[in-house]
Amino acid sequence: MRVDNKNIIQIDNIKKSFQKHRVQELLVLDEVNFDMREGEIIALLGKSGSGKSTLLRIIAGLIAATDGQVLYHGSPIMSPVSGLTMVFQHFALLPWLTVLQNVELGLEAQGVKNKERRKRALEAIDVVGLDGFESAYPKELSGGMSQRVGLARALVVDPEVLLMDEPFSALDVLTAEKLRSDLIDLWQSKKTNIKSILIVTHNIEEAVFLADRILVFDSDPGKVRDEVIVKVEHPRNDSDPEFRSLMDHIYTLMTKEKLDSISQKDHDKSITLGHRLPDVEISEITGFLEIMNSSEYEQKVDLPELADELHLELDNLFAITEALEIMRFATVSRGDISLTDLGMSMAEADIQLQKSIFAKSLLSNVPLAKHIHQQLHITDNQRLSEDVILKYLEKDLSSQASEEVLKVVIEWGRYAEIFAYDSNSGYLSLENPE
Amino acid sequence: MALQLKNTYSKNEVTSWPIPNAWDALALLFVITVLVLLSYGATAMMGHYDVGEKLTISLSPKMLPYYALRSVIRMFIALACSTLVTFVFGVWAAKSRSAELIIIPLVDILQSVPVLGFLSITVVGFIVLFHGSMLGPECAAIFAIFTAQVWNMLLSFYQSVKNIPHDLREASAMFHLSSWQCFWKIEVPYAMPGLLWNAMMSMSGSWVFLVYSEAISVANQNILLPGIGSYISVAIQHADRGAIVAVIIAMFIVIALYDQIFFRPLLAWSDKFKAESVDSESMNDSWLLNLFQRTRWFAVIGIFMKKVGSMVVAIKWRRIKVMPTIRPVTKNTKRYLSLLFWIILLSVVAFILIVLWRFIFQVASYHEALHVIYLGVLTAIRVFCVIIISCIIWVPIGVLVGLHPKASRIVPPIAQFLAAFPANLLFPVMALLIIRYHLNVNIWVAPLMILGTQWYILFNVIAGVAALPKNLHHAVGTLNVKGFLWWRKFVLPGIFPYLITGAITAAGGAWNISIIAEVVSWGHVHLIASGLGSYIAEMTSIGDFQRTALGIVVMSLFVLLFNYLLWRPLYQLAEKRFQMN
Repeated sequence: MRVDNKNIIQIDNIKKSFQKHRVQELLVLDEVNFDMREGEIIALLGKSGSGKSTLLRIIAGLIAATDGQVLYHGSPIMSPVSGLTMVFQHFALLPWLTVLQNVELGLEAQGVKNKERRKRALEAIDVVGLDGFESAYPKELSGGMSQRVGLARALVVDPEVLLMDEPFSALDVLTAEKLRSDLIDLWQSKKTNIKSILIVTHNIEEAVFLADRILVFDSDPGKVRDEVIVKVEHPRNDSDPEFRSLMDHIYTLMTKEKLDSISQKDHDKSITLGHRLPDVEISEITGFLEIMNSSEYEQKVDLPELADELHLELDNLFAITEALEIMRFATVSRGDISLTDLGMSMAEADIQLQKSIFAKSLLSNVPLAKHIHQQLHITDNQRLSEDVILKYLEKDLSSQASEEVLKVVIEWGRYAEIFAYDSNSGYLSLENPE
Repeated sequence: MALQLKNTYSKNEVTSWPIPNAWDALALLFVITVLVLLSYGATAMMGHYDVGEKLTISLSPKMLPYYALRSVIRMFIALACSTLVTFVFGVWAAKSRSAELIIIPLVDILQSVPVLGFLSITVVGFIVLFHGSMLGPECAAIFAIFTAQVWNMLLSFYQSVKNIPHDLREASAMFHLSSWQCFWKIEVPYAMPGLLWNAMMSMSGSWVFLVYSEAISVANQNILLPGIGSYISVAIQHADRGAIVAVIIAMFIVIALYDQIFFRPLLAWSDKFKAESVDSESMNDSWLLNLFQRTRWFAVIGIFMKKVGSMVVAIKWRRIKVMPTIRPVTKNTKRYLSLLFWIILLSVVAFILIVLWRFIFQVASYHEALHVIYLGVLTAIRVFCVIIISCIIWVPIGVLVGLHPKASRIVPPIAQFLAAFPANLLFPVMALLIIRYHLNVNIWVAPLMILGTQWYILFNVIAGVAALPKNLHHAVGTLNVKGFLWWRKFVLPGIFPYLITGAITAAGGAWNISIIAEVVSWGHVHLIASGLGSYIAEMTSIGDFQRTALGIVVMSLFVLLFNYLLWRPLYQLAEKRFQMN
């Protein structure tokens, strides 16, 4: 294929960490290396929060890397350079400018003369299929049309590399699909001088549909974990067996990531006090259990299949399965999930019984919940400030993660009725609400 | 209609002048009138003036249009200055962390300094600067008006610029907009609706101080600048009822005029800067903007001006690439620099405090300072009570109005209009009442402090009720929640954030107005309530700078204390617990 083509961009050992509290550093990207070559679409696929958008912004020159560098035709990128341009997740259109004025913006910044500016902008609008809407304001447009404007605005400056930050994730399914195939048409029509596209996504199907090369991103810290070459000809069809098997393959790769992190303590799935509890709502846990327990499914269910059927995003699916494993309601192995006996009895119980099963499991399997419960029993007034717990968690976690974990443990604990929480005072207690 | 211009995006390429239509004639008439009036007023401003020269103000109602013109010109010059200062310092504070650390607390303090305080400090300087010219006192007056306008505009602009969505900033960086282009293309438009609203509030607020900025009687100066403020001042001095009635009518006309000619068109125009779609009902409409949009000849001029404007925006200055820091300074240097910054900042603050301290206590005793603090407590009690009382009055009325769709459309513009009306015109009425019924001065001047700003409570409450989701109304209705329970559990918590915003605005105004509300005169009668306001008023009029400074410092401290101990916590509570979504 186009593998031998020359490099346009080299991502060389990029590291990025954010400073927390002066001392603690949060590493979001670690030793990221890859090249972007002429004539290929690359997808950066990963869970949200894996640092892929940060990486995109480093490549764009919007933020600086802590270490390493990005080379564009051999020279390092220090600030936004012409030749690279970006399409944003939420479009980033100026609401007070018309479609035409929005598209002209980049040219205006370059100081292009009025007449030429207009001509080029109209061409770009024509290319993305928006002619007729030149004088419309963004608030009159649907999401799909807004993103077309975003694309036209990027195209008009005649970029060599197009960076796309989850460009279709804010759109509904049908619109996103249409825009994806339009993007491929545009790419193949050679109407533009774009030589390479880098697209950040958390949608496996999108990555397989668009990309020539998929970089599977690992999180905490973010780095390229696997590379998948897609050799299916465009236009790709998601019911095509080759397409399906690629998706399955990537699913396995991504669950493997999860499995690897768990497998170290495979036999002992117990977690530590400072474990980053997955952000899952109770209704998701019970709902998931009940669906799995329904007659439709066998004891063992294929995860990609289940995710597809339940329309669950990848992140969400992994979070739920992790919660189920922590609580010993289910076990996951090789992309399959199966209920434990406890999980089954939980699924069949009524609300009150569910609560007591959950409470028991919570106290024995989640050390943090157990710790809070104990602390509340030994303090005099049976009250405990959330700040104390946050401080405690921040020994192991970033402050943002600590807050998330606290939120989760409060929700679970409230449901299990092992403690109460007053959001006004920020105190946990054993009291029942008045 | 062969001549009809095609209304497409390509209309910029106009090469020949179109034939003017009837609207053009109207517009031309309008423009010429405005230009003539402005130049007439402006020439008068630059006339000759010597210190001590007696400027007479005629109480004849025939002079009122002229005086109104002079006053309005002053206010608009001040507004222009305020906008400029807002742009420069607002952006600076929003973009530079160290500038922010200085500018924002400074504005916070300056906002709490009474307008009269600025006037007494600057008037002599201006008179010396423009020796022998009318411009001296004019500038002093304009400066005083400016200080009544600028602070909330600056804060609003700064807040807006800080809140610009991150992806818009990134997009502007990606497309290489210079900071100059970024300012005009992104920052100003984004901040425009909020800024305009604050400019209108400023304009209303500064009318009240017009009397004191035009009839300058501070620091032993006695200058009567021709204007509505001076007219009011003289009318009160002469206890001329007819003149007061005339000026009240004139004020109504003036406010209506500048609202229609200046703010309505701007509001209608700024609708397009609102990010969310505006439903047609709440769209602002302006006959003047419509008039100009129907012209042909002026439309071409408009396009020409637009072109000039976009050329100015495209000017290539400040196009120095701002490199994102690829470690140009090491962490240690950075730390030392910030340490140095703090040391300098703190020593400057300490220096100012010491100078101020020595300046004040050069003449005043510590005992006196305590007395001034006691006066401050008196005024604080007054402010607090009038806020509570006006909440008790306006909340039920506001809720009732807000519940009726028709009333909630009619009442807010009226309240807005009344808020713009200078309340001190009604002070003489209060003075007459106090004398006739032998009322206690210390108590009965209090309502005057809130006369002008109580409207903010009313229209915030109305807006709050209107913002309560319909389905909540229905839900509460189906549960048969009525009477006291309905107020306590539904409406009051629901409008709380709005009520607090209104009360904060009203309280801020009340402090500032205390200086003029605690001293009420009518003819030869002077009613003085004991309080910090009357203390400052007295000290400024006899030109005792040290004691004026003492009073101002104490008042600023009180306002800051109120802000930090009462309003901020309440505001945070409102945001955290009572905000919808």
